Amino acid sequence: MTRAATVDAVSRFGVAPADVEDVRRRLGRDPNPVEARMFAVMWSEHCGYKHSKRVLRRLPTASSRVLSGPGENAGVLAIGQGWAVAFKIESHNHPSAVDPYNGAATGVGGIIRDVLAMGARPIALLDSLRFGVLDDTRSRRLLGGVVAGIAGYGDAIGVPTVGGELLVHPRYRENPLVNVACLGLVRSDRVTTSAASGPGNAVIYAGARTGRDGIGGAAFASTELDQAREQIDRASVQIGDPFTGKLLIEATLEALATGVVVAIQDMGAAGLTCATSEMAARGGVGMAIDLDRVPLREAGMRPEEILLSESQERMLLVARPDGVDQVLRAYRRWGLAAEVIGTITETPTLAARWEGRTIVDLPPDALASAPVYDPAAWAPAAARPSRPGLETDVDVADVLLRLLAHPDVASKHAIFEQYDFSVGIRTVTPPGYDAAVLRVLEAPPLGVALVAEGNGRWCAADPRRGAVLIVLEAASNLACVGAEPIGVTDCLNFGSPERPEVFWTFREAVEGIAEACEALGVPVIGGNVSFYNEAESVGGERASGERAVPPTPVVAMVGLLDDVGRHGRPGFARSGDAIVLMGGDQVSLNASLYCAVIHGEDGGAPVNPDFDRAVAAIRCVREAVRLNILESVHDCGDGGLAVAVAEACIQGEIGAEVALPRDTAARGSCTDAWFGEGPGRFVASVAPSRLPELQAHAAACGAMCAVIGTVGGDALGLLWRDGQGGLQRRALPLDTLAAAWRSLEV
Amino acid sequence: MTWGVITFPGSNCDQDCVHVLRAVLGQRVEDVWHEVRSLDGLDAVILPGGFAYGDYLRAGAVAATAPVIEAVRGFAEAGRPVLGICNGFQILTETRLLPGTLLRNTTQRFRCRPVWVRVESTSTPFTADIPEGTILEMPIAHGEGGFYAPPHDLAAIERGGQVVFRYCDPRGRVSPEANPNGSAASIAGVANARGNVVALMPHPERASEALLGSADGRRLFASAIAWMAGRETARTVTPAVVEAAR
Repeated sequence: MTRAATVDAVSRFGVAPADVEDVRRRLGRDPNPVEARMFAVMWSEHCGYKHSKRVLRRLPTASSRVLSGPGENAGVLAIGQGWAVAFKIESHNHPSAVDPYNGAATGVGGIIRDVLAMGARPIALLDSLRFGVLDDTRSRRLLGGVVAGIAGYGDAIGVPTVGGELLVHPRYRENPLVNVACLGLVRSDRVTTSAASGPGNAVIYAGARTGRDGIGGAAFASTELDQAREQIDRASVQIGDPFTGKLLIEATLEALATGVVVAIQDMGAAGLTCATSEMAARGGVGMAIDLDRVPLREAGMRPEEILLSESQERMLLVARPDGVDQVLRAYRRWGLAAEVIGTITETPTLAARWEGRTIVDLPPDALASAPVYDPAAWAPAAARPSRPGLETDVDVADVLLRLLAHPDVASKHAIFEQYDFSVGIRTVTPPGYDAAVLRVLEAPPLGVALVAEGNGRWCAADPRRGAVLIVLEAASNLACVGAEPIGVTDCLNFGSPERPEVFWTFREAVEGIAEACEALGVPVIGGNVSFYNEAESVGGERASGERAVPPTPVVAMVGLLDDVGRHGRPGFARSGDAIVLMGGDQVSLNASLYCAVIHGEDGGAPVNPDFDRAVAAIRCVREAVRLNILESVHDCGDGGLAVAVAEACIQGEIGAEVALPRDTAARGSCTDAWFGEGPGRFVASVAPSRLPELQAHAAACGAMCAVIGTVGGDALGLLWRDGQGGLQRRALPLDTLAAAWRSLEV
Repeated sequence: MTWGVITFPGSNCDQDCVHVLRAVLGQRVEDVWHEVRSLDGLDAVILPGGFAYGDYLRAGAVAATAPVIEAVRGFAEAGRPVLGICNGFQILTETRLLPGTLLRNTTQRFRCRPVWVRVESTSTPFTADIPEGTILEMPIAHGEGGFYAPPHDLAAIERGGQVVFRYCDPRGRVSPEANPNGSAASIAGVANARGNVVALMPHPERASEALLGSADGRRLFASAIAWMAGRETARTVTPAVVEAAR
């Protein structure tokens, strides 16, 4: 066969033409059709990380707490008292665009199994959602379906959904983002691995039976969405079953407790193909499996269907021969399928037999280590759009109400209420706090906190600064509840990496995450890259202008509380308390929510964060919470100081009188001061008697701490001096603020 | 005194109940697998929340046919305390051990939030020690929690003093606004005629420690402990244990 004919023949099964030569070189022959399909999914971007791998090496991954870093199914961090947390975030963007309910539901199921594969009991879920603006039928339909899918799966499986975020932007319309994070708890000495070992050990299939669903899902996730193809793509979306998922959790933990399991991995993207090749490759061993022994849902399945099916709720285990019965018993007791389907072999080949003959025979590493690309990257011509003109005579009260009612800021109560957030009796704070706080029942009084952040508006304006600000924002959220950041998992949502101007944003964002994590001393212990978040067509027509989503790195950060009883709260507590603005005064309206809402554009690069000041402020607030000095503290995020103060009033059900510091107006307009956004800024309240203590503490930390008002009354009064030095005041009744903030309907 | 907490495949709140009984209230607790046919040696039994067997047919319908249910029936007929929580309530109505049924919430959605209930009857082990009219804060987390019984049954339930809890606002006022799921007569929990089988949609086990926002739910368990201690003085329950439970 000519070379061109071979490329044609092999790429017919989905292998990228550029990779065909590589496949042949690694095998020393042409792959047969079944093998070619396996390469197609394993070397898809979703499984292979071809474009991203080199850039991801930039991320810091070490700390004294890391028990398991990137490369495993989830990262694991020691938290003390012999316990550890496993956590991971993953995207389910494309499936959710096509079938919002099932796409989101299986996203929840998949991330739960990743955490389970580390031997951890999943104890919390968090989701990060992005949709187009909500006065749009498509975005409304997608949002409703995704929320229902998360609720439908999460509520039934018994893992609480403790919080999350929702941001809207026109550029997410065609390609919404659904990122789900899961946190699990495991004893430090019982962390499991996916690296298979021990020739002669049994390979056990457990969980749901294999059907024809989701075949090629990983490859589907690695292409651009096309509305015309949505009907066809629907066959690539898997259907989840939370009941089986629940049984799988209990049965797997029971099986692992026997101590006979040497390796475990879930069968998610690329199903059996991925689990067998990755487990064997990581362990440097071979694996021989018999497809006739795989529990099937329907008769007559072809071998490539069995190998590629993405049926949900399945795990692959490697167990000592003398322990096989115990493992099978554990799963069968819970009514799940469990069969020995193969053995670990000395020779490092992955061999699959079907109907008595060998149909796959290749080195597992050839499949599991996709080629690493070095894509071109260059800054787009208008990487930093200019800042729009800003009028200085806006009505502060009117702007505040519009920002409070914006979906990015408004209470997500209508969403959170659909999630069971209290099952498991660990959830200490209801959704809506700066970060979710869970107690560690097994190791009191320890607590863990969890938050997800990912502001695409900042990153669209400047991906590196945006990513830095996102990481600092997540750490600020943790500080508000008194948690010390100990680890990050990130979900990097971008357009096509084959476009240099998109790939540049990816590289810049990773650099930003790395810089900020280094400044905080926090490792990135795993994550997920989702490329190709762009639509070829919009409303049936070829897209004009930028068709990719804004660069959206979503950062999920885990924090630790020494004493969970001493967590912070966002709402003002007591009439007469002093209100203080803590942290830096670095703010800008560039790329702010104000710009988006009032001017309808992202505009201008956000502030270039001063790491030392931001980190000092974050530490200052965290320690103040831990010392129990503060009555309340809330991060200034989207919408700046004015929104933060308003939220503290609403959540505390009490009013406040707040004045801008005297010198603020002199340096810019009052609009900057009220609505500007910047890193490491907090609105806190403190009993007057403890104010000196707080000020001394802040001074010792090198953080700003300015008294800006008093808690009390049933209205929020905002005071400032105009350019001429005249005193201005605008006031809004608490009810009006609350009505705007609670206006989001889902 | 020994409690049994039943685990059906799909139960989600079984270990939450075990934790509260064992770690918070110092009780002896046994896990009861859905396939067992005897509850010998147990003094009280809980059917916990969750999605037993996935609730795919109809909430509680499949669970009502589980082997353990015959044992629960005998246990109830012997007058021993049985508590159903959320899905446990749904299962107990499916078994007909309790009257009525639970309909889809009128909001048509799953709802997870704190609610307040008023204690309407003290003629059950779980409320014997709580003054009538007491307002308790506990969370709900369900999609099918709207209590329904036909008018004549509802009248009988009311007449028989079988309404144990009613949804109310924090000040104890019963109103449509304070009714989270459209339950008939704002009913949050009922008992059988004898009073020993009680079920409610709110989760007392999620409101048994102050750290979680409310410890009101603990009073149900404490009441049952005191009730059993009073009934079965032959067993060694010291006043200290009862006091600790309170």
